[in-house]
This record gives sequence, structure tokens and C-alpha cells, in this order.
Amino acid sequence: MSSADWPLWEVFVRSRRGLSHTHAGSLHAPDAAMALRNARDLYTRRSEGVSVWVVPSAEITASSPDEKDSYFEPAADKPYRHPTFYEIPEGVRHL
Amino acid sequence: MTTMAPDAGTQDDAAYEARFNAAVAAEERIEPRDWMPDAYRASLVRQIAQHAHSEIIGMQPEANWITRAPSLRRKAILMAKVQDEAGHGLYLYSAAETLGTSRDELLDRLHAGRQKYSSIFNYPTLTWADVGAIGWLVDGAAITNQVPLCRCSYGPYARAMVRICKEESFHQRQGYELLLALSKGTEAQHAMAQDAVNRWWWPSLMMFGPPDDESAHSAQSMAWRIKRHSNDELRQRFVDICVPQAESLGLTLPDPDLTWDEERGHYAFGPIDWDEFREVLRGNGPCNEQRINQRRTAHEEGAWVREAATAYAAKQAERSRHGYRAPQDQQQGDTQEEDIA
Ligand SMILES: [Fe+2]
Ligand SMILES: [Fe+2]
Repeated sequence: MSSADWPLWEVFVRSRRGLSHTHAGSLHAPDAAMALRNARDLYTRRSEGVSVWVVPSAEITASSPDEKDSYFEPAADKPYRHPTFYEIPEGVRHL
Repeated sequence: MTTMAPDAGTQDDAAYEARFNAAVAAEERIEPRDWMPDAYRASLVRQIAQHAHSEIIGMQPEANWITRAPSLRRKAILMAKVQDEAGHGLYLYSAAETLGTSRDELLDRLHAGRQKYSSIFNYPTLTWADVGAIGWLVDGAAITNQVPLCRCSYGPYARAMVRICKEESFHQRQGYELLLALSKGTEAQHAMAQDAVNRWWWPSLMMFGPPDDESAHSAQSMAWRIKRHSNDELRQRFVDICVPQAESLGLTLPDPDLTWDEERGHYAFGPIDWDEFREVLRGNGPCNEQRINQRRTAHEEGAWVREAATAYAAKQAERSRHGYRAPQDQQQGDTQEEDIA
């Protein structure tokens, strides 16, 4: 493996305790330990994080952008899953 | 898929292209795995690569002054700024890679002189005041260019630009503060600041690229919503911002034609020497050779570090296959589990 084949890692940063990790970007590194160090230097230079995850990009399984409509369609015709679907008489409180 | 009629491919492409155009028109972002026209992809790779190269080549003129910074405060600031520029390069190389071009390929093209970087970095930093002039004018021009790119139609590029723009504002302010200190200092310091501004002003205006009627890529980039404003528009915006800032600095801008145009509501400015721009672009600027040589040398001299990291990773992987974990790895593993919990 030369540096040209260093795997790509996705970087997730937790900005504050109590919040979830969010995707910050990606980087190349030979192993997880180096990926973590590089992620700290690259994505948290201004205290943007209290915790960092690195995940090999190759390990991510993603839905296909081509079927983005059909794939998510089952949720589109179910407005009754939202609270705003229901009509409640005026004056009823705490509901 | 295999039973498609021979012309189905082109019909498919037309449908995809229509969907792509609709998404761009609706201000949706295009993401890496979406279909996109080949020319859109090529244009983005060219622009993002050039942008990434500019960030890392741009480290050189300023790094030139790190060891000679006049105080520890200024030294720490300059180091942080140069490190930021390295980071900007990395964000942008990552964005370019999402388009299917590897980072090594891009670096090879830079080192071979087949891809460009911003010609501003082919000018030398002759005095300490140049560090201030670069921060104020060069980073300032970059910000003017980059803020609209935060809304670029290509998602990864736009996201990289958001991150970069947040970091750039410190770059510009430290430069301005540095120039202000010199301008208010001794006569010699004031003169040094003025000289730096005199030398960096015109090249900064050239950073926006050739005039609109000569700009090769502009119209298509605007149609694709990669670009939002024309070169001349952005250049004018920059001039309008800089004139009052120069006044507050107590420095002048080296243009006798610079006057307020009441009718247009903008500052009018003198003609730009586009011959100089083309010469520098062609490789005949004061530092073209030095910059690319230093880049190649840095890449070659850093090879052993990359090789060592690769060898270490291979050794660690081998060890963990045999059930041995280095104490340091255990520690890292523990922290991670804690985070997940
Ligand atoms: Fe930058
Ligand atoms: Fe900068």
C-alpha cells in the first residue's frame, strides 16, 4: 500500500456534549489512529468538537440517488403520521 | 438493462439531463452520486483543483516570514493562518475527489504544471508588511470570490466553501490589524506598509479573473450556478469595500483614477494591466518557478513520512491479526467505546 492507496475516512464530530455526531468531511489516512489524529487537526482547529469518530468510507452502505423518489415514497402519502393531520376543537388544551 | 434498444442510452441521458437542469434551476444541490453532465463534472474538477492548489501554494509566500515575525503574538497568528490554508487545500481536494479524480492525480497535474493555481502567489513577499497586505487584500479578494460559492450548485464544493469562509475572516482581520500597526508606527514602518499595498493592489484586482467579455468559462459556470456573479461584478464589489478601509488605515491605493462615480454608485478605477496578468499566468511571473519547485521538493522530501505511516499501519494490522494490541491502541479503543455509549 502506497500513500496513493490510503483509504478514505468519513469524519463525524460531536460539537458539544448532548448533541449527536455530525458529518464534517473526509480525509485519507493509512489507519484509524492516524485518521483520528488528522481529523482532529483538520476539523477541530477552533474547538469545533469534543469527540470525533472516523469511519472507513468503504464501509458505508447508501441508498441509490436514482431511486430517491420511489425509495422514500411510502412515507409521502401518510400525512396521518404528523400531528398537524388531526383537527382538534378550539379550546382543547395540552393536546 | 441489457435488452435496451441501441438509442436508449441517449434517450436516457436526455431524461437525466432534464432532471439535472430542473434540479439546478430549483436551487437544489447536486450530490456526488447524482447524474451530471460530463462537462459539468470536468468544469468542477478544473475549478476545485485550481482552488485547492491555490490554497497550498498560497502557504509559501507567507510561510516565508514565520521565522522572522516581529513578535511571538504575530508568529503564532501567522502559523495558525498558514495551517488554515493547508486545511482549506484538504477540504477542497476532498471535494474534488467526490467527482472521481484522485488526490494524487491532482497533485501530479500541479507538479507537472498541467493545472494552474491563482497567479497572485507568483509575487514575492519582500517585507513583513507584505504579510499584512496579503491578509487584507488577497484574503479579502478571496472572500469576495468565495462567499457566493457557498451557494454553488455542487453540494460538496458549497459545503467546503462554508467552512473556508468562516475561517477566512480571521485571515483578513489579522492582516488589516498588522497594516494598521505599521501605518501608525514610525515613518519607516508607515512607508513599508504603503509600499506593500502599492505592490499588492493591482495583482489583487486581477484575482477576479479576466474581464467578463474575455472570460472563457464564465457564462457556462453561471448557467450551471457554479458561479453566481461575473468577474467584473465581484471586482467592483471588492474595490468598493476596499476604498474606505484604506482610508481608515491611513494608506492610499495606487490608482490615480480611483474616484467615486455618483451616477453608478460605485468607485471608478483605472485600467488593469492584463498583459502582466497573462505573462504571470503563462509562467513568467517573478516566482512561478520557485513556487512549483518548492512544492515538488516538499512533496518529495515528505515521501519518507508517508512511507513510514504506511509501514506502521501495515505492521499494526499484522499484529492485530495475531491478537496483539499496542497499549496506545487499547487506549484509543476505550475512548471510542465511551463515546459511543
Ligand atoms: Fe484559504
Ligand atoms: Fe486565507
